[in-house]
Amino acid sequence: MPIFQLTVNTKKHRVDVDSDTPLLWVIRDEIKYTGTKFGCGMGLCGACTVLVNGSPIRSCSTPVSTLKPSDKITTIEGLAAGNAVQEAWIEAQVPQCGYCQSGQILAASALLATNANPSDADIDNAMAGNICRCGTYPRMRQAIHAAASKIQKTKKA
Amino acid sequence: MKTSRRDFIRIGSQSVFVLALGFSVSGKAKSLQKVTQLGVEISPYIVINESGKVTLFNPRPDMGQGTYQSLPMLIAEELEIPLEQVDIQMTDGSARFGSQLSGGSSSVRTRWIPMRTAGAAVKEMLMQAGANRWKVSIADCYAKAGFIINRNSGAKLSYGELVEEATKLPVPQKPKLKTWSEFTQLGKKSFRPDVTSKVDGTAIFGLDVQLPGMLYASIVHAPTIYGKVKSFQADQAMGVKGVRFVLKTERNFYHGPFSPDIELNQKARSKSEAIAVVAESYWAALKGKKLVQATWSSEGSAESATSQYFNAAKAKAQSDGVTYKDAAVGDFSKALQLSDYKIQATYQTPFMAHAPMEPCNATVFVQDGKVEVWAPVQGPDSLVTELAGYLGMKPEQVKINVTFLGGAFGRKAYYDYVLEAAHISRQVNAPVKVIWTREEDIQQGPFRPGMISAMQGGIDNQGNVLAFEHRLNGASIMANVFKADMRGQVDPWAGEGISVEDSPYAFPARRNSFNWVDPQMPILWWRSVYASTNVYAQECFIDELAHEGEKDPLDLRLQLLKDSPRFIAVLNKLAEISDYRAKRKAGKSIGIAIARSFASIAAHAFVVEKQGTGVKINQIYSVIDCGFAVNPDNIVAQMQSNLAYGLSATIKNEITRNHGVTEQSNFHDYAVIRQGEIPDAVIHVMQNEEEPGGVGEPGLPPIAPALCNAIFLATGKRVRTLPFDLSSI
Repeated sequence: MPIFQLTVNTKKHRVDVDSDTPLLWVIRDEIKYTGTKFGCGMGLCGACTVLVNGSPIRSCSTPVSTLKPSDKITTIEGLAAGNAVQEAWIEAQVPQCGYCQSGQILAASALLATNANPSDADIDNAMAGNICRCGTYPRMRQAIHAAASKIQKTKKA
Repeated sequence: MKTSRRDFIRIGSQSVFVLALGFSVSGKAKSLQKVTQLGVEISPYIVINESGKVTLFNPRPDMGQGTYQSLPMLIAEELEIPLEQVDIQMTDGSARFGSQLSGGSSSVRTRWIPMRTAGAAVKEMLMQAGANRWKVSIADCYAKAGFIINRNSGAKLSYGELVEEATKLPVPQKPKLKTWSEFTQLGKKSFRPDVTSKVDGTAIFGLDVQLPGMLYASIVHAPTIYGKVKSFQADQAMGVKGVRFVLKTERNFYHGPFSPDIELNQKARSKSEAIAVVAESYWAALKGKKLVQATWSSEGSAESATSQYFNAAKAKAQSDGVTYKDAAVGDFSKALQLSDYKIQATYQTPFMAHAPMEPCNATVFVQDGKVEVWAPVQGPDSLVTELAGYLGMKPEQVKINVTFLGGAFGRKAYYDYVLEAAHISRQVNAPVKVIWTREEDIQQGPFRPGMISAMQGGIDNQGNVLAFEHRLNGASIMANVFKADMRGQVDPWAGEGISVEDSPYAFPARRNSFNWVDPQMPILWWRSVYASTNVYAQECFIDELAHEGEKDPLDLRLQLLKDSPRFIAVLNKLAEISDYRAKRKAGKSIGIAIARSFASIAAHAFVVEKQGTGVKINQIYSVIDCGFAVNPDNIVAQMQSNLAYGLSATIKNEITRNHGVTEQSNFHDYAVIRQGEIPDAVIHVMQNEEEPGGVGEPGLPPIAPALCNAIFLATGKRVRTLPFDLSSI
């Protein structure tokens, strides 16, 4: 089997897996970051969302061979401690079962990185790929708005 | 939960004193024996070590409904310890913990007194220990934040300093519980202790369990669910690097369905056969699964189709059915005869998959004389019974480690997937993690049964309802899951949400009845169970009667519920927050529905507007009376949760089957509500000091009827079959 070099959460990893192995299972079973979840296997639910160079992708349907060693992969474990999104998530008590939340938080982080003040419609667009069966949608929207205003305040200060 | 080493209590170690009422301490410390014996009368949920650390054992698995917090908080309130200072561990299924099922929205309402009593008893023992130390009366002591304090001197001793002495004291038989006004933790918005780990990715779900030497299994299930393996070819799958075994396994519908019509099917449907691909990684197991070539016999379900089932149910609806005693009032037939106007309507609800975000999975290690499970399960105690029976072991040889559940909605109280992992582990002599794919989750059941509700009602020429009948026609969970013989019987569960107690409309004559129909597929409870199907028909038909009698739907309900003050209060609050009586333009309307289920009353108002060939939901208003609100913010969260889950089942998805095969397979054809597809809801939690009711499910049943009632008022069209397309009514 080929060896792949990956950069996950700023650390370099060498993994020995089949080239068609989805990034999801490399992250979970080889690198042992289990915050990224399996939900549908077809890129339909977003539970497996990670960031590649800041953009959200569905790791369950991204073969490891499509990633370059220089690609910066970020999982939930790689977010900076005390970041505004996770803090807003706690403040709004968003999670219920919690299973989809890693993917939701990464999708929200990517949105805020490119859109400092998203409208409800922007949020709906950016988050539509991430299903939550517990229905935490209104709280996620509230948390994204709260995180946006906190980030803006921090920048001004 | 986090499973770091420091979380484990070293029971029996010299350095740790355990005040664990009823907890087995194997006689290591003589002084604890007395407590152990006495403790049988109380609860084994509290452990305090000599440094004062309190560990609470939580007997209700958390699937998102909030029991990770609510159950320990009941103890912590009485024990006078802030919840954030407590370690929480899930119970392991042992009989000493009693019932450990999260289901039926029962956790807080059934453990409300027992958990608080346990906390209060231990607090009194600690206070007595402090009183003894100071040689004062217990009345001179009080407990606060982990300390016993001497009222006279102000001296204080930590729980850890007193725990050894406390274990030697008799257990108070009737400890004094706090009054409502004395609560410091219960009854106000509080942060759930599991939220942080669910935000930073460290929460451990079943999927995340890792064991040394663990193998992964994917399973090829029978396409017709009950099928058996005729033959299979493993060579290609074995060729995948990392695949270790391709072997025959089985899926147990362990309770076995009852099917008097087809005796053969009863046996055929208690177990199906399957093929497991066991590998060193889950991806290898999945790749191997795709390469397994199998032929199947489809006995037990060959021609089953949901269309046939609904036809059979509609045919049965012509007959009276067996009457429910809990909803029999007056002489329905006579009252109908005497009515000036009679109307009938038939409502249909579909089969549903649960589709929690975390597909079914379980890690099981079967060894000589013992088995250990790490899995997301709703009831570890019932799993112990099932697994012990299945493996021919004693219950004490079975240990269950309950993880967080990535959603469940009833599905994970059915342990077929755990038994599969056990079956495979026993064959390969290694810990095995079985993970179902989403396709299996959607296609393999068990499903919420679809039902046919045949409604009849009569009114007089003043619009007063004289007669009301609700005939239920469809599958029985008692028959399918618990082997009950339904011939000539009602399924008591199937009548939930519409009994006189749950739907206390003062009809002079009413009748509910049941006609059993064999679904020929595995069925199961699903969030709010039969209330989800019954209340839809019940509350839509109330609106049909109101329309026929030219009454406002709210006014008719207020009239019929006038002797049920909690219902009236909920309706009045709903009318107030939704501005129900406001004049609305043509094409805009407000529809309502109310129902009691799981001992709580919930009501919704939907404001809709005609848009093209369909309608748009502009706003939702919701009210719940669940008695005393343990954590009001979590109750709001559960109402929001029900709205998304219930709306998915109303306007998004259904399970249909043809020739024994499920026609949907993943989230593209079993669509669910996504961000942007649900308007924000204004949610009001009634404040009162009634005993707590359920919270996880009662919000669901009135969703579909409130929406459909609004649609009729906006468009003149009655929606009597779920699901439907909001954009094309």
